[in-house]
Amino acid sequence: MGANETGIIGQSVRRKEDARFLTGAGQYTDDVTLPNQTHAYFLRSPHAHAKIRSIDTSKAKAAPGVVAVYTGADLEGVNGLPCGWLITSVDGTPMKEPPHPVLAKGKVRYVGDHVALVVAETRSQAKDASELIEVDYDVLPAVVNPVDALKPGAPQIHDEAPGNKCYTWSIGDKAAVDAAFAKAAHVTKLDLVNNRLIPNAIEPRAAVASYSRADESYTLYVTSQNPHVERLLMTAFVLGLPEHKLRVIAPDVGGGFGSKIYLYAEETAMVWASKRVNRPIKWAAERSESFVSDAHGRDHVTHAELALDKDGKFLAMRVRTTAAMGAYLSTFASCIPTILYATLLAGQYTTPAIHCEVTAVFTNTAPVDAYRGAGRPEATYVVERIVREAGVEMGIAQDEIRRRNFIRSFPYQTPVALNYDIGDYDQTLAGANELADVKGFPARRAEAAKRGKLRGLGYASYIEACGLAPSNVAGALGARAGLFEAGQVRVHPTGSVTVFTGSHSHGQGHETTFAQIVASKLGIPIENVDIVHGDTGRVLFGMGTYGSRSLAVGGTAIVKALDKVVAKGKKIAAHLLEAAETDIEFEDGKFSVAGTDRSKTFGEIALTAYVPHNYPLDKLEPGLDETAFYDPTNFTYPAGTHICEVEIDPDTGVVDIAGFSACDDFGNIINPMIVEGQVHGGLAQGIGQALLESCVYDPESGQLLTGSYMDYAMPRADDMPSFKVSTRVTPCTHNPLGAKGCGEAGAIGSPAALMNAVLDALAPLGVKHLDMPASPQRVWHAIQSAKAAA
Amino acid sequence: MEISNTRIVPAPPAVVWGALNDPDVLKDCLPGCESIERLSEGEWRVVMAARVGPVAARFTGRMAMSEVVAPTSYTLSFDGQGGAAGFAKGEARVSLAPSGADETALTYVAKAQVGGKLAQIGSRLVDGVAAKMTDDFFTRFIQRRRPAAAAEVSGAEAGAGKAAARGAPGGGISWIRYAAIAAIVVVLIILYLRART
Repeated sequence: MGANETGIIGQSVRRKEDARFLTGAGQYTDDVTLPNQTHAYFLRSPHAHAKIRSIDTSKAKAAPGVVAVYTGADLEGVNGLPCGWLITSVDGTPMKEPPHPVLAKGKVRYVGDHVALVVAETRSQAKDASELIEVDYDVLPAVVNPVDALKPGAPQIHDEAPGNKCYTWSIGDKAAVDAAFAKAAHVTKLDLVNNRLIPNAIEPRAAVASYSRADESYTLYVTSQNPHVERLLMTAFVLGLPEHKLRVIAPDVGGGFGSKIYLYAEETAMVWASKRVNRPIKWAAERSESFVSDAHGRDHVTHAELALDKDGKFLAMRVRTTAAMGAYLSTFASCIPTILYATLLAGQYTTPAIHCEVTAVFTNTAPVDAYRGAGRPEATYVVERIVREAGVEMGIAQDEIRRRNFIRSFPYQTPVALNYDIGDYDQTLAGANELADVKGFPARRAEAAKRGKLRGLGYASYIEACGLAPSNVAGALGARAGLFEAGQVRVHPTGSVTVFTGSHSHGQGHETTFAQIVASKLGIPIENVDIVHGDTGRVLFGMGTYGSRSLAVGGTAIVKALDKVVAKGKKIAAHLLEAAETDIEFEDGKFSVAGTDRSKTFGEIALTAYVPHNYPLDKLEPGLDETAFYDPTNFTYPAGTHICEVEIDPDTGVVDIAGFSACDDFGNIINPMIVEGQVHGGLAQGIGQALLESCVYDPESGQLLTGSYMDYAMPRADDMPSFKVSTRVTPCTHNPLGAKGCGEAGAIGSPAALMNAVLDALAPLGVKHLDMPASPQRVWHAIQSAKAAA
Repeated sequence: MEISNTRIVPAPPAVVWGALNDPDVLKDCLPGCESIERLSEGEWRVVMAARVGPVAARFTGRMAMSEVVAPTSYTLSFDGQGGAAGFAKGEARVSLAPSGADETALTYVAKAQVGGKLAQIGSRLVDGVAAKMTDDFFTRFIQRRRPAAAAEVSGAEAGAGKAAARGAPGGGISWIRYAAIAAIVVVLIILYLRART
């Protein structure tokens, strides 16, 4: 199936789900109210690092409306929260995996760590009672910066992780890199900080857990991007329950960006407690709880070096990164700064030798895990910042230095494990140059200079590995789970269709995109197709949505199931039309005998399958309901070039984005409007990181200083320019949709493009370096420091 | 990091010291103080209600006094739990010195820390509340001593308070210290004085 196929593939079909969302008919977890429901409140640690000498819950238990109070000591037989990816250190030892208790045992390790669960008749009563819990803390020194945490004498967070080190991992041929550096004509060096971010989905995390004595089963409504994974981890690894006794439902979810992938302590404790109190328990995070307890993103400190020959060809790259894990290993924390980061350091370039060493470190902060892009924005930031620097140092134009190093022959094996199947980086660079009117930039810069403003242009040519992932490859790299996807196409007797997908939509528009695929393939109206997701009780299985995998992997599973539906339909049609199965063609919703006008509609075949009066019962089962599991053979490689143009007021340091252009290759596109929306959202998130957002913990006390929207600057509409976006297409070679994925690209390319533009604007003043975010304060200080040094 | 400030009180040091030792004066001047209870020599239990934006908390804390040199200086330390709101702790060195005719310079040097929700709530709110609490205390205190002089002095002090409160956004920690100072200095001075009576 390709973008050219007739029908509604490639059309900007209005989103089916929007009527529900826009009229308040969405059903979110906090909308779920069960009979006899109680409410949970979690008492959290106010300290970044402390021993718990004692906890006295007696007053809280006696408080009005309180049903139960639990602490870590009550959770006997409950295991810690698991990490889903084993990383092995260079010395061959497995990463350090200290226990990650559901409720703190003996020690708290970050502000927001879970100390007690209070269950009461109302939310207010639970909250009031939590204030009566007396916790005697022995406060310990804390460390929040990953580099500081590695220093001798730093506070020790886990006994199991000496020196706070989780692992030191590396990839690439170190000897080849050293040899290339030895003969390089030019070496560019750069130190970078990838600022820590706090995810901010509109809908905070929430859960409703209940237990049924009738069949000894549990039901959990939860804000999750992958309910089956949540169920598997919670039952098999933590609570020791039979997997089939827990149903996990992730209904409408208001944004995830990675933060809702993970198995969190809250819902785990609630499922456990729901049986003890024998009543449903509900919890929804307050916004300030989300700030301290959602898994954060990024938080890297990196030193990078690029070796070039005299013509600006890249010879080798050397990268050393220190990555914060936070206080505990979140579900996928360990693979983000390794498998999803260092493998992307080739970017779009033919750099023949790359070596990267990553040290993962525990800090007294909230856990760090995947956040939109997950490792790939960090990699792109390193590559594209250092490529800019090299271009400036060697006097090569920004687009030219990229062009000189582009990969042009596919498939291409990078020196860091990945094998790119296809791409055309010249095309997207040219497209971006055109969108951004780069030719007109010198005139715009001169005009801005007349007004006393500094104008700059910045490039980022990114690549990402999406469509996670071939299970065997992931397994060889340490994944403790498969990464296939499942789909089921249930054709009803009257010809309408319900599709069950293991992908989960929390803003991506799957109910429309997937329905377009089905409608197109079966030749039926899109209104006759419903997409069901997010319920382990209805969907056969699923690995969920993250890593821009839904269309490339989840969509392909649906296509495979559709192929089975059509194949069976052909058998039925052959019987009805008294023709050979091989002579039956299926097109535009009709099964016909090749070369004749004899045909049966899809609806007739569906009805026959369920009313099999005239049916080959000896050879074929009745019914028309097919499932497929699809495990990709490779990652997909969306790529593109983003160009940002900024104008800076040198008196105030305010950065104004004058233009942002993105030319992306996502492979074939099902719904251009949805893709454009994904790009816009991603760009806004990436620009947020580069311009505004930064999570700050107090370096001494470990308190979260950016704990509300007053101090954590979220991007707003008026911070954004009107984006110029376009796409080019090289279809993915290894999935039938030819799709690569588009969910993260915006957040991956934009931070480097923006920072490169800021540095370009400030270059005439002698500013050589700036870390994100380019806030007015930082820009102004950079300008003043450069002036002072001049 | 330390924060320091000096306030001019329109009365000589001996009078100011006396006033600071008058529990009625302190009780009237300190917003939110609910009770002060002596635990032992130099140690008290204090209950005080405070509201910072959306966070309302009743702090239960211990205050301890040391290095007392009447009527010129002492050190106060405070450690208070505010339940779900978090905690505050810190210490302040307070000294009185003559300043011109019949005036006293009251100087404090403090370091402090707030934690949990209070730390999270945001510098703008905490700055404002801390500045207001401090200003309120001194305004009332000065009014008590010399009502006629109150207006002009409090005006000058309000300005100083704002300047001190304006920390560098994103830079850091100054507001936390400042907030703690306000709480600690004001509340604890009062408590200390009360305890001595």
